[in-house]
Amino acid sequence: MTLEVRDLHKSFGGVRAVSGVSLSVAAGELLALIGPNGAGKSTCFNMLNGQLRPDRGSVRLRGQEITGLAPRRIWRMGVGRTFQITATFASMSVLENVQMALLSHARRLFHIWNPVAKEDPSRALALLDRVGMSAQAARPCGVLAYGDLKRVELAIALANDPALLLMDEPTAGMAPAERVALMELTAHIAREGGIAVLFTEHDMDVVFAHADRLLVLDRGRPIAEGIPSEVRRDPRVREVYLGTGATHGYT
Amino acid sequence: MLENLLVQGLSGLASASSLFLVASGLTVIFGVTRIVNFAHGSLYMLGAYLAWTLVTSLPRGHLGFWGGVAMAALIVGCVGVLIEVLLLRRIYKAPELFQLLATFGVVLIVQDLALLSWGPQDLLGPRAPGLRGATEILGIRFPLYELFLICVGPVVLALLWLLFNRTRWGTLVRAATADREMVGALGVNQRMLFTTVFFLGSVLAGLGGALQIPRESVNLQMDLAVISEAFVVVVVGGLGSLPGAFLAALLIGELQAFGILIFPRITLVLAFLVMAVVLVIRPHGLLGRAPSTAHGATAIEPPYPPPSPWVRRIGAAALALAVIVPPFLGDYALIVFTEIAIMVLFAASLHFIMGPGGMASFGHAAYFGFGAYGAALLLRHFGAPMEMGLLAAPFAAGLGGFVFGFFCVRLSGVYAAMLTLAFAQIAWSTAFQWVELTGGDNGILGVWPSPWAQSKLAYYYLALTLCAAATLLLRRAIFAPFGYALRAGRDSPLRAEAIGIDGFRIRWFAFVLAAVAAGIAGGLFAYAKGSVFPTYMSISRSVDALLMVLLGGVRTVSGPILGALAYTWLHEQLMRAFDLWRLFLGTIILALVLFFPQGLAGALQRGERRS
Repeated sequence: MTLEVRDLHKSFGGVRAVSGVSLSVAAGELLALIGPNGAGKSTCFNMLNGQLRPDRGSVRLRGQEITGLAPRRIWRMGVGRTFQITATFASMSVLENVQMALLSHARRLFHIWNPVAKEDPSRALALLDRVGMSAQAARPCGVLAYGDLKRVELAIALANDPALLLMDEPTAGMAPAERVALMELTAHIAREGGIAVLFTEHDMDVVFAHADRLLVLDRGRPIAEGIPSEVRRDPRVREVYLGTGATHGYT
Repeated sequence: MLENLLVQGLSGLASASSLFLVASGLTVIFGVTRIVNFAHGSLYMLGAYLAWTLVTSLPRGHLGFWGGVAMAALIVGCVGVLIEVLLLRRIYKAPELFQLLATFGVVLIVQDLALLSWGPQDLLGPRAPGLRGATEILGIRFPLYELFLICVGPVVLALLWLLFNRTRWGTLVRAATADREMVGALGVNQRMLFTTVFFLGSVLAGLGGALQIPRESVNLQMDLAVISEAFVVVVVGGLGSLPGAFLAALLIGELQAFGILIFPRITLVLAFLVMAVVLVIRPHGLLGRAPSTAHGATAIEPPYPPPSPWVRRIGAAALALAVIVPPFLGDYALIVFTEIAIMVLFAASLHFIMGPGGMASFGHAAYFGFGAYGAALLLRHFGAPMEMGLLAAPFAAGLGGFVFGFFCVRLSGVYAAMLTLAFAQIAWSTAFQWVELTGGDNGILGVWPSPWAQSKLAYYYLALTLCAAATLLLRRAIFAPFGYALRAGRDSPLRAEAIGIDGFRIRWFAFVLAAVAAGIAGGLFAYAKGSVFPTYMSISRSVDALLMVLLGGVRTVSGPILGALAYTWLHEQLMRAFDLWRLFLGTIILALVLFFPQGLAGALQRGERRS
């Protein structure tokens, strides 16, 4: 297993945001973490990527304990990330954004003599090529369309040959056609490279079309897990997502 | 003994009250407009001068005195409104530092206007009618006016509390302090709100100044003296927090009152020491909260384009001129040229952490001063020659940057700027008060270059070589992976961390590099002047560096170089030609802020792109 999570717990004050979540993702597999707003998806996610320290539980990457490590250490162990709201370096070009990840991977960030412009761009260009962004390599990230930024993020996330990709709402804010294209691309790259992918998502079309397995959270607890067709039929999931109608008064 | 302590405690309370008056205005203005108003001290000074004029010309008696004080405060309020409407309203969207630069321009202008109107001599005001005498407390006489001041602070706090919690206007002000964009989205007239808040803050500053006239003389140094203390109070309390400001004023007032008894030698440094400790432990002050980032509409920083051939050619030509022309110049011009070379490096070192690093330093002079003192102390105590002094300078400054930077780079925005200021003030007052080591105010004299560099021309070439080399090295670092990593942390800390960049270590190293470069400049400056004084580390020198960087344009790599050239030259010419050079400089700064918000280099760049 690439990622193994055991019995994760996190409370904020008296609120149990996540309690008792366990999951595992194999190489080349796409696991979707879904649930209504406030289900604990983001909290769960942030404990895996190091932004939050779990109260209890363990996170293992390829058998190594990574619980509570800083995000940058987790990245060094082979975890790439994309953000719900894209985070790129706006004052740098698309190419330079990817080059930063490569330079960091090569531990050359403290070099103060040779200009970045003289670096060999071939690896960064190859990464951009994989996500279909090499034509825009020279443009500053600050002026890109949102869908393109998401692709750049994917290229950055792939720069350190990750074993695991964590994608927080990868298609949020994109047009429907773009969503399908981006997730197809992600699934293709993951299967080809044997990368495990864990993603959260609100768009059920994206989830059911591309996830190998689903984990459904509600109020911090896992309520269902399995392949899409099973989860789709699960009565508790239907209740959580579709409601019984009671909230709108259609009794 | 007990009586002494009591009296000391009471006078601490009195100064806490006065401090609170000034700081409350500053914190209210900051809370709503997010402007760090350097000119607040000028409003305080204006309040004192106006009150002096009114009180001495109005008929004596209660009405004359209290009426004069109230009128002075109201006039200052109107001056504040004028500043807000004519200047600040146009630059609310500008970067923080530009607003700061603008308010500093106002400081300069007000200084010269006050000099013109009231003259350079200290003015002594009359004592307050009805509060002239003293009362006995435990057998020790204590002035009545001080007791009155002790009451003013809490009364003003209570009135402000009522205003903010019991009126619709106050609710809006609190809402705007919490989330300005949201209040705007709710259809509140922001302009009116900002202007009225500025009026209130200015009245408080004016009142604070006016109430000082029976206590101390009115003079032209009041503005900067009070603004640095007010900054300390506001930052220690937490920016935008009134109760915080009150608490901090009490803390600082009392500490200073008792500090004099216990450690008379560190009175100057005490307030800043407190600020440094508080910021290290509580990064947003005692009662402050982290600014809401919900609508963090941070401006997108532009890329650094590689220099166009045109810029390269001009740069090379300027450097060639700097090498070829000096042998034909006189000593005076050589001194100016040397100073310009040093200032270019000083500005470039500050730009390194401000531009790519995105950290504002209000105390960069500390590292300049460390360099100068590093060289001079080695000479004074060990008789070291210039060559060793120039080696020691960057080392001493780098060490200073290593220690101070460790704390400063953990904070961001205004708080980081204030912590750098605090450290610089600590360094300055150490140089000022540790007389045995540093010679105090008299400085260290006789810091002359080695025989081979004694001619002005030889020394100029030495300075030019070292400064040009160091500046070019910093420039190279900006375009190297390190500079990119620094910018990465500025552009998106979240993404930087997610690709393994340790933002803290990157910024810390950048801080040390900048300090080392400033130290080289400081060491060269010491031998150029032949002496070292505490003023090398003063706030005004830090502000000089800021002005150079902002004048040139913080968003370009050549900006600081251009800014240092323009500023040093302008400063020199204005000082020579006019007595009122501050007035001119201030006006020029305001014009620049209003018409060239991208700085000189930014304006040139745009011109180039258009053509």
